[in-house]
Amino acid sequence: MADLPDPPQSAATRVVGARPVRPDGAAKADGSAAYVDDLAIEGLWHGATLRSERPRARFAVDTSALAGSGVVCLTAADVPGRNRIALIADDWPVLADGETNHVGEALALVAAPSRAAAFAALGELRVTYEDLPAEVDLDAALAGSARELAACAVDHGDVEAGLSAAAHVVEATYETAHQEHAYIEPQGMIALPGPDSAVEVVGSLQCPYYVHHALVSLLGCEPDAVRVRQAVTGGGFGGKEDYPDLIAAHAVLLAARAGRPVKLVYDRREDMLATTRRHPSRVRHRTGVDAEGKLVAVDIDVLLDGGAYTTLSPVVLSRAVLHAAGPYACPNVRIRGRVLATHTATNGAFRGFGAPQTQFAAERQMDRVARVLGLDPLAIRERNAYRPGDVTPTGQVLDESASALQCLAEAERRTGFRARWQALEAERSRALDDGRPRAGIGLSLCWHGVGFTGNGERRMESPVAVRLERGGRLAVLAASTDIGQGTETVLAQIAAEAAGVPFEAVEVAPPDTALVPDSGPTVASRTVMVVGGILERAAGELARRVREGAPGLPFAAAGDAWLAEHGPLEVVERYADDGTEFDEETYRGVAYAVHGWGADVVEASVDPDTLIARTERATLVCDVGKVIHPLLCAGQVEGGSLQAFGWGHLEAARVTGGRLEQGSFSTYTIPTTLDAPAMETVLLEHPGGSGPRGAKGVGEIPMDGGAPALAAAIENAVGIAATRIPATPEVLFEAREAGDDDG
Amino acid sequence: MGERSTFLLNGEEVVREGDPMARLLDVLREQRRLTGTKEGCGEGECGSCTVLLDGEVVCSCLVPIVQVDGREVRTVEGLAGDEAHAALSSLLVREGGVQCGACTPGVVVTLRALLERDPRPTRARVREALAGNLCRCTGYEGILRAVAALVGRKERP
Amino acid sequence: MTRAFRPRSLDEALALLADGELAARAIAGCTDVLASDAAAGRVPPAVVDLSRLAELRDIRTAGEEIDIGAAVTFAELRADRLVRRHLPALAEAAATIGAWQIQNRATLGGNAANASPAGDSLPVLLALGARLDLASAAGARSLAYDDFHLDYRRTALGPGELIVRLRLPVPPPGSVQRFEKVGTRSASAISKVVVAFAARRRGACIEGVRLAAGSVGPVPRRLEAAEAVLEGATPATGLAEAAAAAAAAEVRPIDDVRSTAAYRRWVLGRLVRRWVLDLTGPDALSTD
Repeated sequence: MADLPDPPQSAATRVVGARPVRPDGAAKADGSAAYVDDLAIEGLWHGATLRSERPRARFAVDTSALAGSGVVCLTAADVPGRNRIALIADDWPVLADGETNHVGEALALVAAPSRAAAFAALGELRVTYEDLPAEVDLDAALAGSARELAACAVDHGDVEAGLSAAAHVVEATYETAHQEHAYIEPQGMIALPGPDSAVEVVGSLQCPYYVHHALVSLLGCEPDAVRVRQAVTGGGFGGKEDYPDLIAAHAVLLAARAGRPVKLVYDRREDMLATTRRHPSRVRHRTGVDAEGKLVAVDIDVLLDGGAYTTLSPVVLSRAVLHAAGPYACPNVRIRGRVLATHTATNGAFRGFGAPQTQFAAERQMDRVARVLGLDPLAIRERNAYRPGDVTPTGQVLDESASALQCLAEAERRTGFRARWQALEAERSRALDDGRPRAGIGLSLCWHGVGFTGNGERRMESPVAVRLERGGRLAVLAASTDIGQGTETVLAQIAAEAAGVPFEAVEVAPPDTALVPDSGPTVASRTVMVVGGILERAAGELARRVREGAPGLPFAAAGDAWLAEHGPLEVVERYADDGTEFDEETYRGVAYAVHGWGADVVEASVDPDTLIARTERATLVCDVGKVIHPLLCAGQVEGGSLQAFGWGHLEAARVTGGRLEQGSFSTYTIPTTLDAPAMETVLLEHPGGSGPRGAKGVGEIPMDGGAPALAAAIENAVGIAATRIPATPEVLFEAREAGDDDG
Repeated sequence: MGERSTFLLNGEEVVREGDPMARLLDVLREQRRLTGTKEGCGEGECGSCTVLLDGEVVCSCLVPIVQVDGREVRTVEGLAGDEAHAALSSLLVREGGVQCGACTPGVVVTLRALLERDPRPTRARVREALAGNLCRCTGYEGILRAVAALVGRKERP
Repeated sequence: MTRAFRPRSLDEALALLADGELAARAIAGCTDVLASDAAAGRVPPAVVDLSRLAELRDIRTAGEEIDIGAAVTFAELRADRLVRRHLPALAEAAATIGAWQIQNRATLGGNAANASPAGDSLPVLLALGARLDLASAAGARSLAYDDFHLDYRRTALGPGELIVRLRLPVPPPGSVQRFEKVGTRSASAISKVVVAFAARRRGACIEGVRLAAGSVGPVPRRLEAAEAVLEGATPATGLAEAAAAAAAAEVRPIDDVRSTAAYRRWVLGRLVRRWVLDLTGPDALSTD
């Protein structure tokens, strides 16, 4: 890919790296942007969902009270075909059929002319339960007979030999809790029945073609009979990747029965009760190091709580396992991963997709190993971080864009981490118990594979089209969605740069399956690198043809001449196989085309009388390959990092009886302005992979390093080694009571 | 039928009959089609439904319509027409204060109320004023940059 | 559908609330009524809106008291000159309740009448020795705030009775107060533990000690055992620890959605200890 000809450049067309104004901004700020709940639709009915109150039970729904009421009511018997949402496995029912597997599972649906009438109708339904034994967390799942939803393993070298030769072997277990996406706009869908059993769905979603696939499979219809459009979407973070399939299915079934448009919009409590969360994890490390602190063997067990159904768990596990050893070279690696089912709401896609969980463990383990050796956290990372040419546990040889050392160096240069950390260590041992806040500083180093894992991209064709319009304008046709991160803007930049036209000349078509090809989902940090890379080729090819047809003419004139002479011009490019391979059985080969890298330094203060930690300042160094839009890029880093800090110490999430105790925004506490640190974002550019100009993606890596760096800062401040997050004051208090501290 | 409430909505007199405990939020969105005011949580935590009631920021999800009788309500739509909005909106967009946009109308209303009381707020003052407006996308940094730029303050992280 | 009344006078409000058939509920800031009751499907048959009754809306001095109307909002409290000067712990509590939007609506009387064990202003009212002016159609009475909270979410308010005013004594010279809130986050948080402290120094002695805490049992309460340790005491090694231990021992916190009993007990002791240390100076630091 490196030999792409440079597009013609002038000050006017150099748009990659510039900060064009996002086109959706003004309408969002004046309230006119239309989210799904804002759409005015003639004759719209409102749906509501009857939900399970039990983690596991046989049940029956008595709908007789609604007979003759005019209210539409559906149960599993009304679902056509196999009553399954088509995703990876075949276990996720559209409506539970006689047996429920989690609190909040959909048992029945109603639709009525108003929201109030729909909820009143729900109240008329009678459910009887016969409880069954439930396993509601990992402990119960391990003790019982829980279903294994996925398993995988990585083997590299000889771990036992490595461990027996090690100067020190350090062993510890780390745990992370559920996390709610807490996008500010709850989930919602509207289904509009069309003529000839066609249906259109518009909603809050990340992946229009996932929904399309699920609906075509549900209805057993031709692909053309289903149209899926994205409304303006108020945040996703992975939460609107898998679950919208189900809401769309519900809305479509209700609309079909009602013979009119039906809206299903969740309120916050319902969203938090029913939709997916981040997988809780338990990760055990056994690490062998030599006397100088070089890793000689790592043995890692990864256990994820999948919730009730498989959804995307196998892929989440895969990414979790592939990132579990962290960005560190080691000759002998063994990683075992499993996802167990529990009788809780299904856990699904969430920014980072398993990697934040395992990298929290890996980073805390590095700090623990460093303490055993008397090294500082920077030294142990410098000693072991991947260099270009190093080999990962799957046998992948890292390319020149492996920038772990540069990230560390930049973080050190900006913060003086090492000296500060050492000074605070010394200060802690001298500190009086006088209630004064204690300062701490923590460091993390992370990597994040860009795009689908393994052969995922190879399996997709990911067609992206660019169409020539009058006046030298270009239309970009891709299924990538803007869920706030600025997709529309960066795709326009990439196309403009590749074609050598101004940013304003490019329009990105709305994500609508009737208009755009299936260029894949908006997930896995793949939009800029994968979709953007294909788009770059398509736009470049279109411009080349137009310019060759009329050399010397300005692009607009050349384009109009082309259209006049030849008719419509649309260039479609697809994913180009780079010849690498990944064996999904043995987990050998190239797991990711390229990686992003990041080092975070968090400065925190901890009140010794309350153990409340505050993030004061964060320095976020992130290698994104090539910065397409500095502001949007920084926005991903800042927002992702705060989400990571929230997960790290604020967002307490406990499941009791299969139900998340913190089921509303007053109890599930995401960071406010006063919880957010001052953030300094430093973007490094070590280009690699097939992305435009070597851009590597930035959506997820900010989620990886925040929590371990914060936990490390807390340890530096008060000497409590938080092995469990969120490291709430209660968790820190328990850890200290249990004697897991040095301070 | 039900109770009658008369109030000034974005400068225009509105007479409304119905459930006196109906939430102002629902009246705005469903009866007045002013959908810029968003429901994010329904319990006064997220601030997406922030409006001005007699010039003071309130969560419209926690205001029963009976308490609006005889008073003045301004929503984001009512604030969006003037130059102050143009300046604030443009900077919010240019400085990365707008991503998904679900919190943005509430943020705009709160910031307008703050700037009216304190035209040159410090970073600390802005953070405190916005503590009731949750944003999950930006980390707040872009919003704070926008206000700093608006009031000509140099922002040092 | 709920019937709503907007009385023009306190007497009119009391008459409405006295009507048993109406079964009306008083409303003011509505930050609890609409946030939790309505969400749980509890819709009162009738409401009486107190939010614009002049008798409930002002803050004034009356003799040696600051006299606060029950429908004064927390935004008004935190901005009020008298409150900031004489009742800084109350001003501070007001500033930590919800965020700006909530402070503009929620009222001091509503916080007390709602009687959540986590109500942030309630320990302050206890520690500062508040008295309540209560009224119903049957008449008016005055009640020490100490006697107001009877049990979980149960108060001394009779049927149709309202909190009209809250009177807090102007603290004598040499008084100190402090408010400490341990919340779920830095702002817009519900308390895990909330504590208010008041005392005055006389020479080396501390006296007039009143400590109160919320979220450590079914009702906000005075910490009488800790007060007894401190009343009349002079700074001494171990004093802070003794007071802390007494406080931790006299409360009955629970595990709930926000925190654990063990943490609450511990943190309460630490906050008491810190306050005593700050009050008595670094010399009082325990040396063990």
